Order: sequence, then structure tokens, then C-alpha cells
Amino acid sequence: MNIPIEYYLILSGFMFLVGVAGVLTRRNAIIVFMSIELMLNSANLSLVTFSSYMGNSTGQLFVFFVMTVAAAEAAVGLAIILAMFRNKLTLNIDDINILKW
Amino acid sequence: MLNNFQEFYNIIPILLIGAGFLISLLIEMYFKKSDVILPWFTILIFLAAGFHALYAVNSVSVIFQNMLATGGIVNIFYIIFTFGAAIVALLSIDYIKKYGTYFGEYYILLQTSILGMMLMAGAKDLFMIFLGLELMSVSFYSLAGLNRKRLKANEASLKYFLLGAFATGFIVYGIALIYGTVHSTSIDMIASRFYELSSDKLFIAGILLFLIGFSFKIAAFPFHMWVPDVYEGSPTTIAGLFSTGGKAAAFSAIIVTLGVLFTGRIGNILMPYLAVISVLSMFYGSIVAISQDNIKRMLAYSSISHAGYLLIGLAAGNSFGVAGVIFYLASYTFMNLGAFGIVALIEGKDESNLTLKSFSGLASRYPLLAALFSIIMFSLAGIPPFAGFFGKYYVFIAAIKSNLTWLAILGVLSSVISVYFYLRIVVLMYFKDAETDLKIDVSKTGLAAVIISVLLVIIIGIAPGTIIDLIAFFFK
Amino acid sequence: MSLQLILFILFGTISAISSVLMITRTNALISALFLILNFAGLSGLYLTLNAQFIAVTQVIVYAGAIMVLFLFVIMLLKPEHEKYFSHQPKLKIFAFFIAFIVFIQLVFMIFVSHPSQGNNANVAASVKAGTIEEIGKQLYTNYVLPFEAAGYLLLAATIGAIVLAKKKFE
Repeated sequence: MNIPIEYYLILSGFMFLVGVAGVLTRRNAIIVFMSIELMLNSANLSLVTFSSYMGNSTGQLFVFFVMTVAAAEAAVGLAIILAMFRNKLTLNIDDINILKW
Repeated sequence: MLNNFQEFYNIIPILLIGAGFLISLLIEMYFKKSDVILPWFTILIFLAAGFHALYAVNSVSVIFQNMLATGGIVNIFYIIFTFGAAIVALLSIDYIKKYGTYFGEYYILLQTSILGMMLMAGAKDLFMIFLGLELMSVSFYSLAGLNRKRLKANEASLKYFLLGAFATGFIVYGIALIYGTVHSTSIDMIASRFYELSSDKLFIAGILLFLIGFSFKIAAFPFHMWVPDVYEGSPTTIAGLFSTGGKAAAFSAIIVTLGVLFTGRIGNILMPYLAVISVLSMFYGSIVAISQDNIKRMLAYSSISHAGYLLIGLAAGNSFGVAGVIFYLASYTFMNLGAFGIVALIEGKDESNLTLKSFSGLASRYPLLAALFSIIMFSLAGIPPFAGFFGKYYVFIAAIKSNLTWLAILGVLSSVISVYFYLRIVVLMYFKDAETDLKIDVSKTGLAAVIISVLLVIIIGIAPGTIIDLIAFFFK
Repeated sequence: MSLQLILFILFGTISAISSVLMITRTNALISALFLILNFAGLSGLYLTLNAQFIAVTQVIVYAGAIMVLFLFVIMLLKPEHEKYFSHQPKLKIFAFFIAFIVFIQLVFMIFVSHPSQGNNANVAASVKAGTIEEIGKQLYTNYVLPFEAAGYLLLAATIGAIVLAKKKFE
């Protein structure tokens, strides 16, 4: 514990915003979803950092649940993407425009 | 763990739905006639849970190592969710056959989504908020895209999923910052340390990220872009659930987590944020709804503007405002379910009859439907003596009590604008000749569901005082 | 330079660079591989934070299970390469600009609020908090209700995924 907590938090904030930028700029549904996973992981890094510097395991338990949720979302999300692809043969969310975006 | 029989008694609503979900899986698997049994079993489970919550509204306790609260406003939220879901299930019996997705999983996912909402409303810890939210959302994503042969449904569920997961990312990051500054995820700890931490920028950033995430879920203005598309693309009954149960659950999570802000003990530091998004959503929803031709899209924009009125109650930041919000949510749930119910009844095969044109001249052929729809439209527009009026009234009064008179005036102005598009439908139904030869076979169960919700709207409108007093008594 | 700092710089650089590379690749498959590299870097960071259990789960669950599912779907669908910066380049530049501004704000907030003051790093407590023993104990005592809820969540997700991907239509 000889480096300041800020280093980890800044790395986590950086990854979070890279994830946000990815969601906003990319058009491929799978890459958008992967950017969301990146956002969740940056939050995990913050949680583990705080948990470790506090000596309290609550944050790491939360990370455990975030992973569960990520797995559940990945299952449903990829099923949705698969169903979409079967109908439309594209993953580009700009082409998915029967409904106005 | 549970320490005694009383605590077991208090969480019966949650246990009922949790067990009902597992039994429904077995029914779906082993009974040949599951398409007859399952809907009624689902309704029975919801009603049992709802009536138990009503009966046990006084048994306030905190159980499972400070994880879940029971009694008081939590039970009032349970009543809203379960009765709303029972109406949705009753509406769905004939609708999903017409829509072409008769699956037992429909009712099973309906139950898990309600379980998620209940865990969120009763949460005493951010763990439960997060898991309840995800249980609800994951069920919603699947329900939206249930008919995977239909491109619109695919798109709706994909949009809902991507934006919902995006919002989850904000909520998790917010929770991480809250945990880092409060040193705990317990909501009681957050409440007791709120004042001392309100000058800590990292804590405020966490709270704001958390609120931004939930602004997606309540469909407030800058985060609303998924709402019209998702409501249009998903099954009408499910869209009704998104706009009522989903919104009520997200509001319950905000009220539960930031409850200390709304008791008046410390100043409402989030007032500027809440007031700004409230004004923006009210006006955006009311103005854009005027130009909509599809009734589901119109109801979606109306749902955005109702999120704005509800946020006025939170911006007011006193216990009266919160009581007003809960009352508003109860009345909004039943009137909006009634509206979506009638749309579901009128909707033909392959999503026909959804334009405003199909409503013209309705009164001459289906007078009962036209009368019910008019009551709902009057209530949504906030015209007395229906429930919708009192919801708005309590919320505006709360804003005036907190010296936010300008916000109340803007709210009144926006509801005046919204009267136009609600009453336009009434005018179409009664004073125009039919433009399409609309033929519908009105389903009996669907009609019963609509009549029940209209009756509830009228009852809430007749006795608003007792209900608001009850809510105010529990939220101190 | 302490060992923790060296490891932080090593794994932190891997994570940061791979995250940027992930969102800028045109091929979804390569993006997914960079995301896995990012997760591996994060797992190393968790080890420098004494979080052994989470570090292992990160590799097994995230990189091992979730990302394999992603790769599987990408291979199955063979999506065409998207043209990078094609539609609305202004929007993209705007998004990166906003993200940069917010990042600066976040850094400012982190330094202003001094999170290290409230957290006196105690290595023994930190090591204890990250062990499987401690996490398992907490999970089955204080956090048993979230654990049950997570079980329901996974069941609901399984049902939802099966309905969406497999259910036969008449």
C-alpha cells in the first residue's frame, strides 16, 4: 500500500470514459456492448481499490455481484443481438432504423 | 437470516412471488393445459402478494442483516407493483395470442420483473438496489423482444438493452464512488453521513452518476431517447408495464436511497439538477406528443412528461413532496395501464389500428370503450375529479411549500399544453365520423382489466385524502 | 520505486492502452481480444491490491466465460468491418471531446477530495479482506439475500436468453 489511492482512481476514471466514448461513437452493436463491459470493469477497479485501501471486503463482494450481472446481461444481450442479426443481417445500429433512433 | 415468525410474516409478498415463479416453471413444464392455468395462477400470486402487503402495511421491520425493509411505504410500493402487474397479466391473456407470442415464459418473466421491483423498493443496501434493478431490467429486455420474428420488436429490445446496460454502467460507477466515500453500502450509513459528506466532491459525483443512471430508467428528458421506440416496438401490454411498474420502481429506488434528502432534515442539495431535468422533460414530452400520429408513441411522450411532474415532487424535497410522488405513481400506474389496455384491445393483427385515425368515431360503434378511454384521458390530462388531478395537485403544492413556486407554475403550464393532445382523442372519438372500418372482437378479460383500472382511478380520485394521509404517516 | 508501483505502471499501462485500442479497432474480433488483454491487466492490478479472489474470478469468469461467449457470437455472425469514422464524424469528435473534459473534471475531483485521507492503508486488513475465506464468510452470512437474488437473476437471464434465441414459432 505504498502508492496513493489516486493512481488507481484515475486509471479507473480513464477507462470509464474510454468506455463511454466507445458507446457513443461505435456503431457495431457488439462493440458497443463490449464498451459497456469496459465501463463495468472500470467501476470494478474503483470498488476493489476502495475495498482494499479500507480493509473491508464489501467492495469486493460488490464486484462479485457485478460479474454475475455482467454474465446475465451478456447472455440476454447476445441472444437479442443474435435474434436481430437473423432478421436483418446487420449489426450496425445506424442501419437499424425502422424505428427512429 | 430471519429471527422469528414475525419477520417471516413480513416478507411473505416477496416469498410468494419468489416461490410462485418456481412453481410457474413447473406448471409450464408438466401441464398440457398450462396456457389456461398459468395466466390465472400468475394473477392469483400477484393478488395474494398485493393483499398481504396491504394487510401487513403496519408491520415495519428490517430483516436479513439490514438488507430489506418491510412495512410502511415499502408495502405501498408492493401494492402498486403487484396490482399493476395483475392488471397487465389479465390484459395479456388474449392480447399475446393476438400478438402471436403465446409463451408461458411471458408470465414467468413478468413475475421475475416484479420480484426485481419489489427487491428494489424494499432495499436497505445498495446491493439490493443493484440486483433488484438488474433482475427487473433483464426480464424487461427479454419481454420487449419476445416476438423475435418481428423486426420492430428486435429493434426495441436491442435499443432498450444497449441503453439500459449503459445506464447500469453509470449506476455501478456511482455506487463505487459512494462506497469509497461513505465506506459502506448501507443506505442507513449513507443517510447518516450525507450531511458531513455533502461537501465532498467525489461523493456528490457518485450521487450524480447514480441519479443519471436512474434518469434513464425513469425516462427523464436528456436520457429519454429509448422511450418512444421501445414502447412502439414492444408488445402493448409490456409497454404498459415499462411505463408504470418500471417507472415506479426506479422512483422507489431513488426515494429509498436518497430518502434523507427529502425529509427536510438537511437541505436538498440536488434540487437544481432535479428541477432542471423535470422542467425539460415536462415540456419536451408535452410538446412533442402533440405531433405524434401513433398512439403508442404519443403515450410514450406523455410518459416522459409525467416523469417531469413526478420529479417536481422530488425537487421539492419535503416529506409532503415524496408522499405526493407516491400518490402520483399509484394513480399514474392505474390510468396508464387503462390507456395501454384500451390500445391493446383496439390493436389488430400485425400492429394495425394504432394510428389516431382508428380512434375517430369510436363512440358510435364501441360506446363503452370510448367512455372508458375518455375517463382515462381526462385523468391523464389532470382534470378533476379523477386521480390524475390530485396527483399533480399534491406535487405542485409540495413545490410551493418549498418556495419553488416557479416550478409549480411551469408544471401547470405544461399540463395545460398536454390537455390539447389528450382531449384531441376524446374529440376524435365523439365528434368525428369513422375514417376506417374498424372491426375488433373485444376480449372479455381485457375489457375487465380496463374496467378495473378505471374503477381504481375513480376510487383514488374520490378518496385522495385518506391515501395521501396514509403515505405521509409512513414517510416521516 | 517499490514493487507495487512498478507493477501498477506495468499493468495500468496494459489496461489503459488496450482499452483505447479496443474502442478504435474496426474488426470486432480484434476488439474482443484487446478487451481480454484489458481484463488480464485488470486482474494483475487486483493482485497488487491484495484482492486474490477477485483477481482469479476476473480471469475465470470475465476473460474465460463471458468473453468466450462474445467471441463465439462474433465468429458466428461474421459481421462486416465497419467503416471507421464514417457516419457523422462531428458527433464522434464531440463525444471524445466531452469525454476528455469529464475526465479532467474527474481528476480534479479526485485530487480535491483527497480520498487517501480517509483511507489509512493497513496492509494486514487489506490482505485479510481479499481472501476467499473472508469473502465466502460474508457472502453466506451478511449478504445471503443478495446471493439469493443473484440466483434468481441468473435463472431469469437463462430463461430470457433461451426464449429469445431458441423458442419455436408456429
